[in-house]
Amino acid sequence: MLNPAALFGALPGAVAQGIIWGIMALGVYMTFKILDFADMTVDATMATGGAIGVMLVIAGVNPALALLFSFVGGLLCGTVTGLLHTVLGIPSILSGILTQFALWSVNLVIMGKANTPLSVDKYPLIVTLRDIPRSILVSGLIAVAVVLLFYWYFGTEQGSSIRATGANIAMARAQGVNTDFIKVLTLALSNGLVALSGGLLAQYQGFADVSMGRGAIVIGLAAVVIGEVLGTAILRKHLNFMGRLVFTACGGVVYYIVLQIVLWLRLPTDYTKMFTAIIVAVFLSVPYLKGKYFKKNLKKEAQTHA
Amino acid sequence: MLEILNACKTFNAGTVNEKVALNGLELKLNDGDFVTVIGGNGAGKSTMLNAICGVWPLDMGKILIDGQDVTRLPEYKRAAFLGRVFQDPMTGTAATMGIDENLAMAARRGASRGLAWGITKKESEAYYRLVKSLDLGLEDRMSSKVGLLSGGQRQAITLLMATLKKPKLLLLDEHTAALDPKTAAKVLALSDKIVHENNLTTLMITHNMKDAIKYGNRLIMMYEGRIIYDVRGAEKSALHVSDLLARFEQVSDGSFANDRMLLS
Repeated sequence: MLNPAALFGALPGAVAQGIIWGIMALGVYMTFKILDFADMTVDATMATGGAIGVMLVIAGVNPALALLFSFVGGLLCGTVTGLLHTVLGIPSILSGILTQFALWSVNLVIMGKANTPLSVDKYPLIVTLRDIPRSILVSGLIAVAVVLLFYWYFGTEQGSSIRATGANIAMARAQGVNTDFIKVLTLALSNGLVALSGGLLAQYQGFADVSMGRGAIVIGLAAVVIGEVLGTAILRKHLNFMGRLVFTACGGVVYYIVLQIVLWLRLPTDYTKMFTAIIVAVFLSVPYLKGKYFKKNLKKEAQTHA
Repeated sequence: MLEILNACKTFNAGTVNEKVALNGLELKLNDGDFVTVIGGNGAGKSTMLNAICGVWPLDMGKILIDGQDVTRLPEYKRAAFLGRVFQDPMTGTAATMGIDENLAMAARRGASRGLAWGITKKESEAYYRLVKSLDLGLEDRMSSKVGLLSGGQRQAITLLMATLKKPKLLLLDEHTAALDPKTAAKVLALSDKIVHENNLTTLMITHNMKDAIKYGNRLIMMYEGRIIYDVRGAEKSALHVSDLLARFEQVSDGSFANDRMLLS
């Protein structure tokens, strides 16, 4: 028997977790959508952020401050990927994969073991699944702050340079933008954001694990594409940059709610990752297929006009 | 204003695709020179422009802009001195940014970019007037994404971007070749107007020999990575397309007949 009450009971938790992943998705949005760089580093940065956060909290650091250190750790992870790509000329995807691979060891070293528990009874964690309403409030506030900062930053000269680099690297260079520096900077900021979200997730679930970010890039992309589809459907032509950011963050929430429904329907969860991958693949292919279809139309039109 | 000394560049050296693109190129431009550049395919015209911009390093030789040796400067640093318009209208502008945002990017060429606003209100008003002067009706679409514009409109915007902050050298790389004849003529006339109004030192590559004679005060012809003909002033304006063709025939032993130059 399916019990609707069970679903509603589980939804707040899904929302809290979704917001945390929404923050992560904003990091992915920064590299994937704005810089046009598919950054694989994030799969490991998530765990790095979690590991740093958990170890610092255990060492007596304030949990909120620990998040800041997670962010800094993420900055470093992104910088490594950026330098591999720009200074050593390694292809973008591979740079990310290499850093991600190396970070596995780094994360083990940080924690000294594969999994480190963090009890809310012992430490004043800012989010925890034992207090979901507060977790939603706190992570929601962080998400709002991130969106606002994000929006401001991409309106600045530096942020505009990032957008130009992602849109047309030849144009950016011709206008005097140091595109190598911009790439490193963006990767650093993006991974900082992902690590911050990893730190939050570790506090929320009460442990950090070396494999906690596995597949994060796909979930992040899922949130980005869900956000885009929702945003376009609801706001249509009025979907501006702020709208895109908000919907990306909401994309994470929608993803976790859908996941919760899947669990509630007792569908086999073994397939979750496959379905996520399929959703992402479908939405990523839409622009390409649309372009192809649209071109055909143009040809037809040309013929009818001839 | 510009000095190129013994510039050499070979692509794919040591392979079957080896191509000597610049072969001891020497060129000196005076302040305010408007030079048209002609030559067959593979003569090294675009390579020369790319060398000036620093797209890749030279194998040998030196490049000086306004007396400053820029040979070792990276592309983004040289950009401070240069205004560029490319052959492909897509290359000069960022499609996903607005007309105003593209202009704002150009206005900051050579300046450091920090956390000040990417575009100010005062700037927006100045850009509005500037774009209005193009008389293309684009001033009412200032925040439209440049990707929505036609090729000719994009080249006109790129031209504004290249000259918004007065460059020491304006480089036009066959910037009308991808446009339809009517639009090409418009963009070319606009280029000429901007060059004269600002007294810009300019290098303009063209495949159209009539344009090469009509515009500018000096004409150079390139062949196999070198300048083989250099005329200016009255001698240049007295030229006819047939004179240029004869020159080409002479240097290329008739092989030039296959080149698309003849078509223009």
